[in-house]
Amino acid sequence: MSVKRVGLPLMNVVKLRGTPILQQLLLEERLLRSSSANWCIVNDGTNLPNIVMGLSGKPCELVELEPVIRDQVPVIKRFTGGGTVIVDENTLFVSLICNRNDVPDVQPYPRSVMAWSGSLYSQVFNGIGDFQLRENDYVFGDRKFGGNAQSITRNRWIHHTSFLWDYSESNMAYLKLPSRVPQYRLERDHTDFVCRMKDYIERAGFIEKTIKAVGTQFMLKELSFDEIDDSCREHLETTRLLTLDELKETLAKTTQNESIAQAV
Amino acid sequence: MALRMWASSTANALKLSSSVSKSQLSPSLDASPQGLKYANSHEWVKHEGSVATIGITDHAQDHLGEVVFVELPEENGSVSKEKSFGAVESVKATSEILSPISGEVIEVNKKLTEAPGLINSSPYEDGWMIKVKPSNPSELESLMGSKEYTKFCEEEDAAH
Repeated sequence: MSVKRVGLPLMNVVKLRGTPILQQLLLEERLLRSSSANWCIVNDGTNLPNIVMGLSGKPCELVELEPVIRDQVPVIKRFTGGGTVIVDENTLFVSLICNRNDVPDVQPYPRSVMAWSGSLYSQVFNGIGDFQLRENDYVFGDRKFGGNAQSITRNRWIHHTSFLWDYSESNMAYLKLPSRVPQYRLERDHTDFVCRMKDYIERAGFIEKTIKAVGTQFMLKELSFDEIDDSCREHLETTRLLTLDELKETLAKTTQNESIAQAV
Repeated sequence: MALRMWASSTANALKLSSSVSKSQLSPSLDASPQGLKYANSHEWVKHEGSVATIGITDHAQDHLGEVVFVELPEENGSVSKEKSFGAVESVKATSEILSPISGEVIEVNKKLTEAPGLINSSPYEDGWMIKVKPSNPSELESLMGSKEYTKFCEEEDAAH
C-alpha cells in the first residue's frame, strides 16, 4: 500500500453487465437513501432498450407515444433530475454515490458535483478526442457522448452518467427533441449533436481507466451484486416503470388537446 | 405520495443564469432577512402566530441554479424536523428539501406549479413552499438567526 492511499475513504465498486436499467436505478436509489457507504456502480450495457426520463419528465413532451406504445418500449421515471435517454446494450453506465464528508472539497450542489465529475473523467479521457465537460454533458469537441444526472440529499449525493458507446438511429426515433437543450447544441439535429464513444476508446479500457481514476481519491473494494446488503428497504422509492395504461391515457389526452387546439 | 407540482418553463419564467449574483437581486435579498429563522440545510422559517411559512434561502437557490420543478407534500400531511418534505430540480439534479420544524401542512404554494422560478427570483416571498402548523414551537429555538446564518454561509463557502 502506498503512503498516499492511507486515509482515503472507502468506496465499494460493483461491476455489472447487462443488468436491467430499472434494477440498476432501484439499486442506486436504495444505496443513496439507505446506505452510508460510498459506491461506484458500473453497468456494462443494459439488457433491453428502455426509455429513462428524469424526475420531472412528461412523456407527452419527451416521447413519441404512439410507436413506444405500439412497440411496448418500457418507459422509466428515475429519481434523479435531467433529461430523457433511450438505453440498451450499447449504453455504458457509471454511477458514483458519495458521502459529502468523504469528498470535502465538493459542495453538495449540482455545479460543484458536476465539476468534480468532469475533473475525474478528464483523467480517464486524458489525451483522447478533446474531452471536456460542456454545460452538463461530456463531449468530444462539441459532440455529446455522455449525459449526467444527480440526486442530492442532506449528507450524500449521486452522480450518474450514461455513456453512448454506440446507438441505433431507430431507437433514437422514439424520443422527441426536448424543449430544453444545451446552448452549445445550437440548431444541430441529433446525428450532428452526438457521437459514439467506440470511435474514441476501447470499451474495457474505458471501464478500467474509470475505476483507476476513482481509485486516486478512494480506497476501492470490489463487491459482487449478491454481496450488497439489501436488508434496509425502508426508504422513499421514486424510481418506477410507467404502466401501459398510463402511457395510453397520456396519449389520449394529448390527442384530445391537439384536436381542441386545431378546432379553435 | 407527495403532490407532484409540475413546472413548465414558460417564456415568462425568470431565467436566472448561474452567474446572477445576490447583488443583482433585490437589495433586501442581499443579506439574510431579519425576522426569519434558518436551518443549516438552508431552509428558512417565518413564524407568525400559529403558522410557520417555510422556503429555501437565497444562498440555496443561488447554488442550485435555475429551478425547473418542485415536488411538495400534500396539504393536511405532516412534516418532521430535519426530514425531507420535498425536492427541487435544477441543472440535472434533484435536491431534497428538509423541514426545519415538525407540524401539519396547512397550505402548499400552488404557484410553484407553473412558476418554479419564483424560488430563484423571490426565495423569501413569492417562492415560499409550505405553511405549517407547528407541533413543537420550541424547535424554532434551535434554528439560526439572520446574522448567524449569514456567517454560516460565508464559512461554508470559504471552506470549499
